[in-house]
Amino acid sequence: MTVFLLAILLFFIGLYGVLVKRNLMKIVIGLAIMEYGVNLLFVLIGYSKGGTAPIWSRGMSEGTAMVDPIPQALVLTSIVIGLATTALIAAFAVRIYEKYGNMDVRQIRKLKG
Amino acid sequence: MNAAPLFVVVPLGMAFLCLILSRLWKGMPDLCGNLTLGFLAVMSVRFLAFAGTTSRYDVGGWVPVGGIPVGISIVVDGLTVLMLLVVNITGFIAALYSIPYLSQYTDRDKYYTLFLLLIAGLNGVVVSGDLFNLFVFLEITAIAAYALVAFGVGAEELEASFKYQVLGGIASLFILLAIAMLYQMTRTLNLADMSRVIQNMPEKIPLFFISVFFLAGFGLKAALIPFHAWLPDAHPSAPAPVSAMLSGVVIKVLGVYAMCRVFFNVLGVTQDLMLVLRIMAVASMIFGVYLALGQWDFKRLLAYHSISQVGYVVLGIGLGTPLGIAAGLFHLVNHTAFKALLFLNAGAVEYSSGTRDLKRMAGLGRLLPVSAWTSLVASFSIAGIPPFSGFWSKLFIVIACLQAGQPVLAAFAILGSIMTLASFLKVRRYAFSDPEKTGFKIKRKTPRCMSLAMLVLAVFCTVMGLLFLPSVKAGLLGPAADVLVEGVGYAGRALGGVP
Repeated sequence: MTVFLLAILLFFIGLYGVLVKRNLMKIVIGLAIMEYGVNLLFVLIGYSKGGTAPIWSRGMSEGTAMVDPIPQALVLTSIVIGLATTALIAAFAVRIYEKYGNMDVRQIRKLKG
Repeated sequence: MNAAPLFVVVPLGMAFLCLILSRLWKGMPDLCGNLTLGFLAVMSVRFLAFAGTTSRYDVGGWVPVGGIPVGISIVVDGLTVLMLLVVNITGFIAALYSIPYLSQYTDRDKYYTLFLLLIAGLNGVVVSGDLFNLFVFLEITAIAAYALVAFGVGAEELEASFKYQVLGGIASLFILLAIAMLYQMTRTLNLADMSRVIQNMPEKIPLFFISVFFLAGFGLKAALIPFHAWLPDAHPSAPAPVSAMLSGVVIKVLGVYAMCRVFFNVLGVTQDLMLVLRIMAVASMIFGVYLALGQWDFKRLLAYHSISQVGYVVLGIGLGTPLGIAAGLFHLVNHTAFKALLFLNAGAVEYSSGTRDLKRMAGLGRLLPVSAWTSLVASFSIAGIPPFSGFWSKLFIVIACLQAGQPVLAAFAILGSIMTLASFLKVRRYAFSDPEKTGFKIKRKTPRCMSLAMLVLAVFCTVMGLLFLPSVKAGLLGPAADVLVEGVGYAGRALGGVP
């Protein structure tokens, strides 16, 4: 249970970073930390104590504990999605820097209302 | 029914094929995009036959073993059919409009690739019977939308898209966190199976936290009021046909549809949740339109109205009564038509005059007759003037409020409608009338394709009030509302029986 709470804590640390930090790159890093928190939680959910890899092989008894393979598959997918979103948002941060000459969100406010 | 996966496969494949084929001929992207969307629109109309039933397609032939699903499933029921129609028909009209509109931009091939990815993601969210798949398609839609918002790559577009990406990213991660917690509870990802496991569970306290995370995630996607900050920036920055898709379809599929599916069919609704939904809905309704009153940017004004109108949809659904849910879904369909039309009008005005600032426009009623007349239809529809579709859905929402014993909510709904009317009178006054302020010239006329797209939507706005006639309602809106009214009974329908 503690590890679950720690993973969720990591998620909220990332959220804090996104909400409080003013540098575009730090916001991107905050989002990445949130994502790591969720992925970690997902993998931990699939883990069972003393579990082996979920591959049935010769010489294994009926009741052998195995880790749940589904969360691992899901986390792989989620990491790939995370790669795409992080790459996209980082590219945008660079383009914004080219346009505004600044990475401070307080300086980047042409839109208002 | 076996054609259901085509809704995802065809646009996904064509998205990349379009990029390759565009090397052969300059007109290829337009052709690919429009043919694909036309095909999907026809398919979605043919799927009306499946509205009354629930059918399941097991991907890869992995049929459930002993009632327990082992593979990914695609489920088509009344609500799915309704949303497929909304997505694909609006998508087709927007694609048609894009052909001349895109002459202002470069990279036509990449535009259609992103547009088709957006459609693939939306269709995927709608047909998916599996929570994690729903999330993956939601992310595909979101990434395509982020890129499309910034398609003009100006400073403002980039800023808007960055804001959208940060808040959209937070929303997606909240949803993923909730999915992880739900998986920990139920050890399954199939929506129907999940729902069954939850009903048999004695301990329901963790569901509270899961509901809060889902509410935050889907609320951000739907831009309900405490979570609305990204929408007024993101929607106006996109090219007009994309704005029409974002306001007309994306916030509803990613926000309202996904929220309804998860809360009504999987978690099961509680009175507290409905109360929260109603409060958020009323706040969106009133503040959205209040903020819209002060806007001078045509598209930004429309974006604030989107917040307000989604409030109406959620209010209807949040009442929880059969009439309320049906009226909410009815308003969802109507809002797609008139808000898409208004964004296309704004795009046509910008295309011809080069400005979106209402103060600088004048006398467009004479210069751009098609935009002027169709936007009159759409304005009447959104403000709720009798013969047009928006009036009927708002009327039924108000009746549903009164029936449910909530006269205060009904009063708020009427107040919101009056403020909407005031705001659109301002648009009429400044953009389309005002003949004494002469000297305002347009650079070019509206191309035929754009006029056609707007006229088709105007016809929809006029006749869609008929959807609530009892005989017509039984074919589309009735089954869709029944899916939500039935709630967790979804489990039995989606798991039982082989298609």
